Order: sequence, then C-alpha cells, then structure tokens
Amino acid sequence: MSRNQHPLRQRLTHLCAAAALFSTAALPLAASADERDSFRIAWSIYVGWMPWDFGEAEGIVDKWADKYDIEIDVVQINDYIESINLYTAGSFDGVTLTNMDALTIPAASGVDTTALIAGDFSDGNDGLVLKGTDDLADVEGQRIHLVELSVSHYLLARALDSVGLSERDVQVVNTADADIVGAFRSDDVRAAVAWNPQLGEIRNHEDAHVVFDSSDIPGEIIDLLGVRTEVLEEHPELGKALTGAWYEIMDVMSGDDAAGEAARTAMAEAAGTDLAGYEAQLASTTFFYDPAEAVDFVTSEQPAETMENVRQFAYKHGLLGERAPSPDFVGIELADGSTLGDEANVQLRFTDRFMRKAAEGEL
Amino acid sequence: MKRLINRHPGRVGGVALAMLPFVLALVAYTIASSQRLAENPNDPVLPSLITLTESFLRLATEQSRRTGEVLLWLDTGASLTRLGLGVALAAAAGLLVGILNGSLPYARRTFSPFVTAVAMIPPLAVLPILFIAFGVGELAKVMLIVFGIAPFIMRDLQQRVEELPREQLIKAQTLGASTWQIVLRVVLPQTLPRLIDATRLSLGAAWLFLIASEAIAATEGLGYRIFLVRRYLDMETILPYVAWITLLAFLIDLTLRGVNRWLFPWYAGRSARS
Repeated sequence: MSRNQHPLRQRLTHLCAAAALFSTAALPLAASADERDSFRIAWSIYVGWMPWDFGEAEGIVDKWADKYDIEIDVVQINDYIESINLYTAGSFDGVTLTNMDALTIPAASGVDTTALIAGDFSDGNDGLVLKGTDDLADVEGQRIHLVELSVSHYLLARALDSVGLSERDVQVVNTADADIVGAFRSDDVRAAVAWNPQLGEIRNHEDAHVVFDSSDIPGEIIDLLGVRTEVLEEHPELGKALTGAWYEIMDVMSGDDAAGEAARTAMAEAAGTDLAGYEAQLASTTFFYDPAEAVDFVTSEQPAETMENVRQFAYKHGLLGERAPSPDFVGIELADGSTLGDEANVQLRFTDRFMRKAAEGEL
Repeated sequence: MKRLINRHPGRVGGVALAMLPFVLALVAYTIASSQRLAENPNDPVLPSLITLTESFLRLATEQSRRTGEVLLWLDTGASLTRLGLGVALAAAAGLLVGILNGSLPYARRTFSPFVTAVAMIPPLAVLPILFIAFGVGELAKVMLIVFGIAPFIMRDLQQRVEELPREQLIKAQTLGASTWQIVLRVVLPQTLPRLIDATRLSLGAAWLFLIASEAIAATEGLGYRIFLVRRYLDMETILPYVAWITLLAFLIDLTLRGVNRWLFPWYAGRSARS
C-alpha cells in the first residue's frame, strides 16, 4: 500500500496544509496596514445628507480630495444606526449623524468626535402625530410608537415638557423606523413620532394630526458631519477637503438654475422620492447654504442650550452607559472653547474652525 | 485497524475535546477584546469578560434607573410567554392539520397544496399585512411565530403520518376500527413523539421570529432590549443577552427531549440514540 509508505511525511504535509488554511483565514485581520492618505466617510439616506451622495457621484468630493492630495471614499450605509456603529467601531473616519446621536453613540463610547460641518437643522422634519385629535394635551395616557432612544424620543420628551407632562404619563412603544408607516395604518396604533420621509407618509393618513414637530424647537436637532478628532488633528487637509466640497455642493443645490434643479432631482431620486417630495422635505429643513450662517449658528448660544437638554435627556435614559454616574460624565466642547460636563473626558467637540475658513474663502 | 475513523476518544478525552472549541473561542475573544480596550478603554465593541459578567449580574439583580424593574427577568418573562404561546399554537395546528392531511385523502387534496404554498411565504416579507390583520400588539408577535413555524410542523407531520405502515391501518380495519378510532388509537399515539421532535427542530426558527417581532414594535422582551441598546452599541447588554437566549434555547430543547423520552420510551429506543 503506497499510501502507508511515508506516514510521517504525509502527516507533516497535512499539518502544513491545515496551518496554511488557518493562516490565510487569519491574514485579513493582521493586514490592516496604516496608510493614512485615504479616508472613508459613511452616510445614510436622509434629506440633510443626500448632498454627500450627489457630491460623490458628480466628482466634487474627488476634486477637493485631489486638491489636498488625499483620497476620500463616501460610502452609503443603508441603516442609519449601523452607519454610526461602524464609525464607532473604527471602520470609518467620519459619519453623518445628528447632534444627539453624536453624543450618545460615539462620544459615550469614548470615540472623540468633532462636528466638522453643521449642515442643517430639522425645522419640521420630525413630528409627533396623533389620530383623531389635534390637541397635544390628548397625548396623555396614549401608547406612542417611535424609535426609542432616537431623536424622535427626544422630540417626544420636549413635546411632553411643553404641556407639563412627563414620559411617565405616556407609554412608549419601540417601533423600527422601517415599520412605523405600516404600523400606523393599524387601528390599534393611535400615536407615533417619526422623521421624514416616514413622517410625510404618516401625516397623509386620514384623521392624522401633527401636534408637535421640530419647528417648535428649531435648531435642536442638528445634522452634522462628525469626524474622528485625532484623524482631523493629524490630517487637517481632510477637514479642508470635506468642508470645501460640502459648500461647493451647497452652492450648486441651492441655485434656482437648471443645475440646481438637476442636483435636487438627483438627490430626490437617490432618496427614493421625486423632486416635489424632496423639496417638501427641504422646506422643513433649514440648510446653512452659506458657511457664514453655519458659523453664526455654531458660535451662538443655541448649541450650548440644546446640548444641555440633550445630555440631561441622554443621562436620564441611560444613553451615556450604565456606568455614567452623572450627565457630566461625557464632556462636550463648544465652539468658543468652553465645556459642558467633564473637562477631562471631552469626547464631542463643536467647532467653526473649517466652516470659518470656507466662509472666508481660504479653502 | 488503526484508521482514524475507528478511533474514539476516551471519556475524559471526549469531554476535553468538547470543551476545546469553547475555550478557543473564549481565548480568541479575550485577546481581541484586550487589544481593542488597550487602544480605547471605553471601546464598546468587545467588552472584557469581567465587564460582561458584572453586566449580567447587574441586569439580573438591579432595578433599572428608568423604570424600576429588573430588566432581565421582565424581558425573559415577556419573551417566554410569547414564544410559549406561539409554539404551542403552531404545534396544535400542526398536529391537527398534519393528521388530517396525512390520513384523509380528501383533506390532503384540499389543504396540502395550500399549506405547501403558505409555507413558501417568508412571513417577515408580509409584515405590514400582519400588522393590519392583527395589530402591532401581543397578538401580532404570537401570530408571526405561528405563521413562521406552523407550516413546517404541518408538512412534517403529514409526511410522518403518510409513512405509517399500510399494514397497521389495514389490520385496524379488519379488527373493525372506524376512521375516528384509527386516527385516535393508531395514528395519534405514533404522531405525538414526532410532533415533539418537529417542534424541537422548529424552535430555532421560532426564536428568530420572536426576536424579529420584538424588534419591530415592543415595550419589553429579550429581542426588544437587544434592538433597543443596539442604538448605542451597548455590547455590555447585548452579549449577556445573547448568551442567556442561547442557554434558554438549549434548556428548552433538553426539556422537550426529556419529555419525549419519558412519555414515549418506545420512540426514544427506536432511534439509535444512546
């Protein structure tokens, strides 16, 4: 039997084969080399972030990346929360997110994040909808469907606050954003909080009334581009390229001309709606088309007030982690350099550094 | 013959070999976790095993800051109730339809193709319809489990009934048994242990549908908690919950297997399990 002639050699061959198999499987883990001239930004579908898709598709992002001799990859992630989690876990250098999620997800997880660009704020894009009544006070005692621990939850807390109620007076039912439109059609669902485009679907339901929306608390739900602070410190050219690209996109999309309309149509299609639908969403969003407006907003009193509300809400709901002993646990740096909370644990930073450069035409 | 297929590990060796993959997985986890934590002590993705243990104890013993309830038990109670109801309903429907379709040619001709067709519908794909039919409350969650696993149990039992030896049925008839008596005394006793087996096999899917239904709209439950804290990447809660679900599923499977052996010793003896 020839097969038994060299058992030792045969065993060794097998062993080597097995070892080779295992090492190839383990290789991709070890091979994450540290070349830092290319960067990855994650974005997800939302009215305020569609410009990134347009900028990537039209080559505006690449143009600015070339100018600073870097590479920028703008990657669409289908699930918003997943995009933030991927960023927090280290797969991306930047992500589009709201001010509240920036505090509760990356910052609370110890990923120091700088709000590089404040693109817009929700001015009616998030709303509380009741069936059968247009009086906000009737919300008392209802089961309210929403994505728990999201900006919708925050909006509800602000809405209840405005009529002297608290979360104890209602029951919150966690409902996935993808399912909230279907759920609202069901007879036993009488109240929901949602954001666009779902809000638009829900408010069209017969007998539905928007009793509170983000235009009642303007400037509190801010759509940001967050970037890892340490990456930004090491590579300010990334901040410059992204900011430059953003305001060039803003320039194109805000135009009344054919190019502006084409840009908005492209964004509408990418968001799964048409030009009219997208413009309706734009109407309930306050965009800072001009970087000077964004600088004014970020350096005003508003972010401090808003983040105070947000961090109290986050602490009360355990979003800073169960180990956070107080709302001060995570420090927030404002554009003027002052800090909310723990100065030794600053993980979220507002800045006008790059937007100011854009406003002064220095990019 | 000293061929590998004829060699068996000893008793101690067997236990050691069984433990090996678990130990390796734990070691791999610990290495990856300590690497990430060395870079960022607040990294949420892979908490240390000590943190996970502490977190589990906290979830199982301390009241939540927000609601004053002990979360793990609240969630476990809610989920097991839904799972139990859904699986019980599916098993009952499966037994009824399986026996009917298996033993009555007229019933088989009428319902069997329909059951087969329904079994092909992915329940998660038609969720909005389930919402409208059953609302988004407890009923919908139970029904999602039923829709998910009942067709499988029905089809499996129908096949088992059809596999019963023809001789048995003829013999019962020569002894003067009516259809009703044959179903009750010949078919049913031989189908029950198979029902328990089919239920055991569909438990994995039942858990999947339970977690999915709780992810969609809920106020408590194991799946609800996982999807809720996923929003801020709270692996300190998610990983203990996953381990807990695995343990619960394992215990349920073990219990059903024990019940089967206890109630139907002849069935357990038939299969070559020792």
